[in-house]
Amino acid sequence: MTLSGWGTIAAFAVSLTLLALPLGRYMAAVYTGQWTVLEPVMRHPERWLYRLLRVDPHRGQDWRSYARSLILFSLAGWLILYLVLRSQGLWNFTGLNPMRFASAPWNVTFNTASSFVTNTNWQYYSGETTLSYFSQMAGLTVQNFVSAAVGIVVAVALIRGIAKRVTDRDAAEANSIGNFYGDLVRTILYVLLPISTVVGIVLIWQGSIQNFSPYLSFTGVTHLAQRIAMGPVASQEAIKLLGTNGGGFFNTNSAHPFENPTGLSNFVEMLTVLIIPAALVFTYGRMVGNRRQGYAIYTTMMVMFLGAVIVCYVAEAHGSPAQHAAGLHTAAIAGSSGGNMEGKEQRFGIAGSALFNVVTTVTSCGAVNSAIESFTGIGGAVPFANLSASEVIFGGVGSGLYSILLYVLLAVFIGGLMVGRTPEYIGKKIEAREIKLVALGILITPLAALLSTALATASRAGRASIDTAVAHGPQAFSETLYAYLSQANNNGSSFAGYTGYVGHVGNGAGSHGITFADLLGGMTMLFARYAPILFALAVAGTLVSKRVSPAGLGTMRTDNGTFVVLLIGVILLVGALTFFPALLLGPIVQGLTGHLYPGAGR
Amino acid sequence: MSTTTPSEPVPPAPGSETSRRRPASVFRGGIVRRALIDSVVKLDPRVQLRNPVMFVVELGAAITSVTWIAQAAGGNLLGGNDPAWYTLTIAVWLWLTVVFANLAEAFAEGRGRAQADTLRSMRQHTVATMEDGSTRKADELRRGDRVVVVAGELIPGDGTVIEGIASVDESAITGESAPVIRESGGDRSAVTGGTRVLSDRIVVEITQEPGHSFLDRMISLVEGAERRKTPNEIALNILLAGLTLIFMVVVATLRPFGLFAGTNISDTTLISLLVALIPTTIGALLSAIGIAGMDRLVRRNVLALSGRAVEASGDVDVLLLDKTGTITIGNRLASEFVPMPGVSEAELAEVAQLASLADETPEGRSIVVLAKQYGIREHDLARLHAEFVPFTAQTRMSGVDIDGQRLRKGAGDAVIAMVEAEGGRPPAELRSALDGIASEGGTPLAVARDNQVLGVIHLKDTVKEGMRQRFDQLRAMGIRTIMITGDNRLTAKKIAEEAGVDDFLAEATPEKKLELIREQQAEGRMVAMTGDGTNDAPALAQADVGVAMNTGTQAAREAGNMVDLDSNPTKLIEIVEVGKQLLITRGALTTFSIANDVAKYFAILPAIFISTYATTRGGVGPLHVLDIMNLGSAHSAVISAIVFNAIVIPMLIPISLKGVSYRPVGASALLRRNLLIYGLGGLIAPFIGIKLIDLIVHNLLGA
Repeated sequence: MTLSGWGTIAAFAVSLTLLALPLGRYMAAVYTGQWTVLEPVMRHPERWLYRLLRVDPHRGQDWRSYARSLILFSLAGWLILYLVLRSQGLWNFTGLNPMRFASAPWNVTFNTASSFVTNTNWQYYSGETTLSYFSQMAGLTVQNFVSAAVGIVVAVALIRGIAKRVTDRDAAEANSIGNFYGDLVRTILYVLLPISTVVGIVLIWQGSIQNFSPYLSFTGVTHLAQRIAMGPVASQEAIKLLGTNGGGFFNTNSAHPFENPTGLSNFVEMLTVLIIPAALVFTYGRMVGNRRQGYAIYTTMMVMFLGAVIVCYVAEAHGSPAQHAAGLHTAAIAGSSGGNMEGKEQRFGIAGSALFNVVTTVTSCGAVNSAIESFTGIGGAVPFANLSASEVIFGGVGSGLYSILLYVLLAVFIGGLMVGRTPEYIGKKIEAREIKLVALGILITPLAALLSTALATASRAGRASIDTAVAHGPQAFSETLYAYLSQANNNGSSFAGYTGYVGHVGNGAGSHGITFADLLGGMTMLFARYAPILFALAVAGTLVSKRVSPAGLGTMRTDNGTFVVLLIGVILLVGALTFFPALLLGPIVQGLTGHLYPGAGR
Repeated sequence: MSTTTPSEPVPPAPGSETSRRRPASVFRGGIVRRALIDSVVKLDPRVQLRNPVMFVVELGAAITSVTWIAQAAGGNLLGGNDPAWYTLTIAVWLWLTVVFANLAEAFAEGRGRAQADTLRSMRQHTVATMEDGSTRKADELRRGDRVVVVAGELIPGDGTVIEGIASVDESAITGESAPVIRESGGDRSAVTGGTRVLSDRIVVEITQEPGHSFLDRMISLVEGAERRKTPNEIALNILLAGLTLIFMVVVATLRPFGLFAGTNISDTTLISLLVALIPTTIGALLSAIGIAGMDRLVRRNVLALSGRAVEASGDVDVLLLDKTGTITIGNRLASEFVPMPGVSEAELAEVAQLASLADETPEGRSIVVLAKQYGIREHDLARLHAEFVPFTAQTRMSGVDIDGQRLRKGAGDAVIAMVEAEGGRPPAELRSALDGIASEGGTPLAVARDNQVLGVIHLKDTVKEGMRQRFDQLRAMGIRTIMITGDNRLTAKKIAEEAGVDDFLAEATPEKKLELIREQQAEGRMVAMTGDGTNDAPALAQADVGVAMNTGTQAAREAGNMVDLDSNPTKLIEIVEVGKQLLITRGALTTFSIANDVAKYFAILPAIFISTYATTRGGVGPLHVLDIMNLGSAHSAVISAIVFNAIVIPMLIPISLKGVSYRPVGASALLRRNLLIYGLGGLIAPFIGIKLIDLIVHNLLGA
């Protein structure tokens, strides 16, 4: 551990909060239809888009109608993406496939399309050997924008459901939770586009590339012919992070120097990942008319986030028992940060890698700048724990907020009983219908993760994805569990090894997808994305027109320290009780022993 | 609005417990025997199906039993490598878990049933005499029938007295032995079937259909036969079912995960893990908590006509209380003598006392008592040769004639008229003294001797003792009190300040009261009120919690959703507490139940995976370090967890019947306290409990 390491972490937490506060206020203005600074610039494209989509953004939708629009929009997006990826060769005339890549097989494409539409960005392929620039831009980057926007609008709709005060329950707009297309367009034009433009320019300044050149060939110092992959990287990198998508342009993701060139770009990238999830919490506080409600949730998230960062950083800076046994120096000395540097980039160091790792696994980003599987036992257990907490510690853009709000409602229900009143949140009573939706909304993700992991470990077809030459026993289990935890949580990061696409080199000749893993993963992502969205929207729909009771002394407060403790307790308990047995057989076994189980297998 | 004071039976002072029914002891022989039988009868899966958590336990018990039978017969159905004694032990304890849950419910029901039996005995063998002289069985009476009841007879059904007046012994339903007066017309006309007429003859018009009498409702309520799940109970049940579902997936997926790690987990152990994880504690006690909540109300002599109403009472934000009889004593008492110029206070006091000696009204008594403070001893009326002049509606004054002197007290203008008729001239100060008292909400009584006005007695309605503390308590609970009074604003304000209520409604009419309730409800508040008169009925029906006084009219009793048999309006405060306690008990035991799971994981999982990934054959694997309780053996660990899981249920029966203690300290303090006790406590307690059981199971019994 070094002073600069702790300094980086502290500076990050402070910068994040300072940036998120004004952005939260700005986004509240965006979603309540108020004037914003970007109005003069975006007013016209906004109107054109509405005309193009033939929607009236002021026409409110009830939750069913809102959900229908969302599902139809996502379905269309999925089909377009699938077709773009499968027809990669047809677009060569655009000049955006200089390496003449053919399409990946149908099963891998099914997984990839599902992955990007659901904001997961799980990648069984590697970008620089599979996808054309056209596919990256017209296919993936488009989804990076719209899938992020879909997540955000669901959060906004749920906020409206909680915040809205309906005086006349028979009024036409009484059940309206907003207009899906209006929210979508405003999210993209007023939030995602401007910020990602700024971030893209910063990344180019720091050394990211942005071109359509063919790959560069050269002979390296070892006299071997090598190639350097090119592409429009910076633009995709910016939205990949801002939308908590995480799908790298290159296989090595943000560890690649063209994606993440410097220590400064690393810092900016981490801020870019967390800025919207953090700001949305403040947006929430403003929109429900009580900023303290936002601060309480922010505190909950920040406490859990810092807890994860501290554990991960300390574990990585300390190094593993095996490294100590091997006599590798693990203390920070002049010229070396010490600790476990395996799988980490020198330019980021241990703090920059540990922090990036936590930032992208608490959110559903899933970008990586270091190899998670090379982390120490305890350090590597942190991303598992983050995923087990169902992405509510900041979480994905929008999905983090709507997921934690479901946990808030659960905590309110249990806590509300303990103060002797029918539980109520922001004045609205939490009754049987809400609890049913909340329970299902919360349990879907762990359910999907556990069931798909069970299918993958119990079947021969599932075990085919494990490279038994290098992974056995607990490592093989960890890879599998992580793969489905990651896909169920729409995260997208991976614990190396587990694959659904074999031998994908060069032009793809001789390679094939592993149908079982591709389909299981794809369906897990779709199910675990849209089921909670529907439940969150249904909660918004049932809360929106509920009678509001004024708060009194007998009402449980949800904006103070006691509630934060209760909320953290509920999140940890649900996560721990659900995943403890599974984690036991993967990361915990590995963290408890230095034994590598060579050839043990099954 | 009714302004009549329910004076009989006398409402006990606030906080008094004299009217409480003694709780039927849990350990009374009959109840225990019946509960034990019931807990076995309730093993019927059709009964268990209503409770998904316990149904899963029962299913697990059945499967492990079959496994054991197969093992005992020499086969091996699902037992894996488990020894038969282990399977049997688990099976027995799983059955016991279900039995304990049934026992909790049976105990709760048993207490109510004991009361119901007493009530039922009153219902039988009543024969009604119809108005035309014919007779009919009581249970065949219909709405509109008219029956005659004479002294010594039981009233055959609920109804309204339409003719006559009688004293009625209602002790059977109220527990109050003093008879009450029931008469036709007014607010005292309602009679209840099963009560006994002690004197006179009345004609009663029946207001119930067969089988739907007050007594019938009371019986089914205390028995819990009609008990339907309340909204909050349903919500909690959904949550428990959700948790059960996810734990079923957790446990089901653990088998392939285990196999992947080379560990075969037996079905018996997996079922044990499942039962340990699902919220059996709260699942077992949930219905007992609900029944006990109802029972606690019955013990306070309150009949809630639905469980929903009990729950709603915990949510009350606003309490409407009548001033007269609820906040104030209701009788105006002398508080001050205001003499006229030239008259001493003592002289006024003496005359006032003499004028009141024969006055047996509370007002008259209070004048005598106040006069005592001026050192005036009580005179003996007989020795004074005094002649008593009683109050009449015409004279509007009363007093005595002594030695030719006419001592009078009475309404100001009546006394002035008398004095002027006698040729006297009332002093100028009299008018201002009378008006001053009236404007303060008091009642002035002028005192005169022959043609001289001596002064004025200030009669004041006094606030009951302890009311201010009660309102402070309510405020701490987050409940606002609004005083309802027919007085003018000024008077109302003064008494409101004195009593410490938050707000008041002056010059109240039934319409204004109803409007106030609607207003509060429109702002999202839950309103509770009490009432007894027929004109209270609309407001009682509109309020979220409407408590009708048993002394009230039939209309009022039907409009409310609770009936207070003691007719004590401050009972609302206790009702609110019972409602809150009910929810708190559910919340606390849910938290406790879920928090328990952590320790159970630490008991069972290391036992399952003790040799997983062991590097030496037969050795222990890396996961054995998680056995932080250092339990005796793998089998003992699982058994200890299951035994703990089972016996915690009967251990918590008392708390679920009695309710978690409630203190009006505000929501945040309450939450902190309960989180600490039931959250943190629930986390720690099972570690200790399981370890202790393991010491017995392993060290003493050798498992």
